[in-house]
Amino acid sequence: MALPPLDSPQWQTSFRAFLWGARSIGATVLTLVLFATYLGIGALAHDSGFSLGWTLASTAFVWAGPAQIIVITTLGSGATVLQSAIAVTVSAIRLFPMVVSVLPLMRTEQTKRRHLILVAHLTAVTLWVECYRFLPQVPRNRRIAFIHGLGLGLVSICLIANTIGYTLAANLTPLLAAGMLMLTPLAFLFSTARNCRELADVIALVLGLLLFPLAAMLNSGVDILVSGVVAGTIAYAVHRARAGIVRARA
Amino acid sequence: MSSFIGDWHALAILFVAGVIPNQIWRMLGLWFGGGIDENSELLVWVRAVATAILAGIIAQIVVQPPGGLASVPDWLRYSSVAAGFVAFMLARKSIFAGVIIGEVVMIAGKYWLG
Repeated sequence: MALPPLDSPQWQTSFRAFLWGARSIGATVLTLVLFATYLGIGALAHDSGFSLGWTLASTAFVWAGPAQIIVITTLGSGATVLQSAIAVTVSAIRLFPMVVSVLPLMRTEQTKRRHLILVAHLTAVTLWVECYRFLPQVPRNRRIAFIHGLGLGLVSICLIANTIGYTLAANLTPLLAAGMLMLTPLAFLFSTARNCRELADVIALVLGLLLFPLAAMLNSGVDILVSGVVAGTIAYAVHRARAGIVRARA
Repeated sequence: MSSFIGDWHALAILFVAGVIPNQIWRMLGLWFGGGIDENSELLVWVRAVATAILAGIIAQIVVQPPGGLASVPDWLRYSSVAAGFVAFMLARKSIFAGVIIGEVVMIAGKYWLG
């Protein structure tokens, strides 16, 4: 699907721009990945004993797949609310740079901060990636409306996926139910691997995978946090050391 | 209707452990975003830790599987991830190829085991 040219009358109203945004969910494979992920989250929530309403509320109000999975798996495996909240808070830090980098793409001189609240809420990894792809083709004064359409479209798709996954987990054969639960780690692993831009990202991903089983032996309730901070800091140290070597050579 | 919502206690926990910890960072980004350099050293570290946490979540589901996934033997879950990764690399980093092959290996393996 191609968007209309920048000077097209299609961009004259915000409502039209909103609809073009909503239609753009059909123009990306990431929608399919998101669908698979949220199918898996629906199944995971079912198997961990949460209600369907709870699952849908978590998608609409948290709107960050990894955070939702941390909440479901930690609470489901008996961690306290505080332990779970700490792990989620740390995992959600990554939203901060995303919001910081995305908002300048759609700000105009008339834009007030309150106009950007919904955009900030909708910002998560998929939307962040798509902003860079779509927004250059959207007139600046219609970008907020376009992103509202795209973001709310993605949320709707995920709510549908949650409902299907939750319902299927209750009714599928054990074989297919297991297959659906496996969608989440596979989709996350490959979309994270694809987003790795620098060596630090690759090291963080690989070490994060390898250190978790070790951290899990501590049984601290915040094992994910322990392995994440250690692996991430080592990755950052390697990044620093490498930058130092490059500078010394230059 | 009550089975749709479940108990209200669980919803309250969702807000404390899920919604607030996420919205804090988004709203901080909205409020203070203007003054921060996207490529600063602090943000490189933050991104690395966030990526490693995500990796830990992936590992947790595969190593300590929830619900129905626990019926699949360890070696088969690991093989599924490995096969998916090979497909992902061969198909020029196609997420779709990785997920499909990983699923096919796990479901076929489990079906064959009976």
